[in-house]
Amino acid sequence: MATRKLTRSEQLQQTILYPLDWLEERSGIVGGVRYFLFRKVPGDINWFQTLGAATLTAFLVQATTGVILAMYYKPDPNSAYSSIQHITNDIWAGWLVRGMHRWGASVFIILMFLHMGRVFMFGAYKYPRELNWIIGVLLLASGLAEGFTGYLLPWDQTAYWATVVGININGTAPFLGPFLAQFLQGGTYINADTLPRFYSIHMLLLPGAIFALIGLHLYLVVHLGVTSPPWSKDAAGTGPSANGAGRKSRRGLLRYGTRRNGR
Amino acid sequence: MQPHDEQPHVPGPSLWPVGFAVGIVVLLIGLIVSWYIAGLGAVVALAFAFLWVRDLTAGTELTHAEEVPPEHPAATAPSASEGEAGMPPSAPAERYPRSKFLELSTLGVGGVIGGLVTAPALGFMVAPAFLKQGQKDHDIGPLTDFPEGKFVVATFMSDKSEGEVSRRTAFVRSNGQVNGQPSFTIISNHCAHLGCPVQPNGPLDQTGEKQFGDVTLIPTVSIAGFGCPCHGGQYDTEGNRTAGPPVRALDRYSFSIRNGRLFLGKPFSVSHVDGAGGSAKIHKWTLAYPGEHVNGIESWLYPIQPPH
Repeated sequence: MATRKLTRSEQLQQTILYPLDWLEERSGIVGGVRYFLFRKVPGDINWFQTLGAATLTAFLVQATTGVILAMYYKPDPNSAYSSIQHITNDIWAGWLVRGMHRWGASVFIILMFLHMGRVFMFGAYKYPRELNWIIGVLLLASGLAEGFTGYLLPWDQTAYWATVVGININGTAPFLGPFLAQFLQGGTYINADTLPRFYSIHMLLLPGAIFALIGLHLYLVVHLGVTSPPWSKDAAGTGPSANGAGRKSRRGLLRYGTRRNGR
Repeated sequence: MQPHDEQPHVPGPSLWPVGFAVGIVVLLIGLIVSWYIAGLGAVVALAFAFLWVRDLTAGTELTHAEEVPPEHPAATAPSASEGEAGMPPSAPAERYPRSKFLELSTLGVGGVIGGLVTAPALGFMVAPAFLKQGQKDHDIGPLTDFPEGKFVVATFMSDKSEGEVSRRTAFVRSNGQVNGQPSFTIISNHCAHLGCPVQPNGPLDQTGEKQFGDVTLIPTVSIAGFGCPCHGGQYDTEGNRTAGPPVRALDRYSFSIRNGRLFLGKPFSVSHVDGAGGSAKIHKWTLAYPGEHVNGIESWLYPIQPPH
């Protein structure tokens, strides 16, 4: 009985593991994912440090819903507004997906700022993570630009005049402002080419940049490790676990090693 | 002597193939342009081909005669009698390694190809925003549609092919005859703060509305100025700022009169207007985007305007 059970579970295990082994042998991706998921982080990590992952989730929601909205939206001055009406009122669950994209945009922006505030308050932007802060700022700028370009797409009065004002605010930037405004409009005034231009920037240019920057951002997070909270006794080396078990918990903390070497 | 034994026999560097290639190019161009040029190209190609072949066949002699000074310090490190070449005895590296050449040429050629592909695409993205700008003159109706001393709200499409998105609004007031010429005050509705549409501060005479083509004319009853709904900018009837955030007076349109009809021309910016009506002195500037000063120290921030 016992041996039969064992072989059965072994068989099951093999069935599950075989495709994984196949993948691992040819790509090494299983080990990579395992390294990413089970890497060491400080033992006294905080819930606030999940804000980055929350921001990433919000962006993925935007990307997914955006791709689907693009299947129904028509970026043309004569049909943009009616296509939005069509999505909201006629298409099954259109109201839901558009609502997710519309409100999710605010969630994404808010989470970016909260995540930025967490990084600032925890001092997680300091050496050696300055570069990741800079990439984060570029991500924030791209995210805000997404908000600006996406706002025009419903092509109603609010969208139109908010964009007029936004473009003219850009136009008041010293020296290059007027050129920036004219580039954004694709002409002296908002014209028939402005909407497709904003659409292209909104759904191709900026998301591509954001995906690439997120890749760099995550690479640096994994490469440099996660910071301890500022109140961490572990990181300060004064906690009860300053030797022994505590040392393991702090393995992801690069600051520890550099400090020791510096002294 | 030593390098000869160690190295495979390869012809020395030669410039003749370049001339040969030039000759071929001239020959091909000549096939299109004229037979004389084709003949010239053929002669050039043949001449250089002969020189090149002579080089290849008599390669060894040439390397001895000419190529010795550059090749010797590179290939024969230990036997160098010259001081500077004898210094690093354990470095028999080539002076300009093949790998380095390949690396740089790959990067260079890749860069050139990338540039050739990217430049037109980038230009296609940027240039149309700055080329062929400007507004064509637009007919907004006979002079008799504009009663003296009253503003008429005129809307029109600046480019009919683009449709409603090109609709513009101007406030047109006839000032009667000034020096025997009809005078008009034509104010743009783009707020000088951030470009929202300013509205007349006063009732419109909807019954007097006239429409033809893409033009709509609605007379006002009597207005006290213009106000912007977005951020509260206020202007008097000459377009001078009276309150709120705008940085200058309202833009105006130039105009012309043809066959008794009023044509709107190019818009221009105005810092302020002295006086009123036909005798007003308008301080004109080239058209600037809303929110930009056209005079004073702040205007130094906007030294160049893109072609409007």
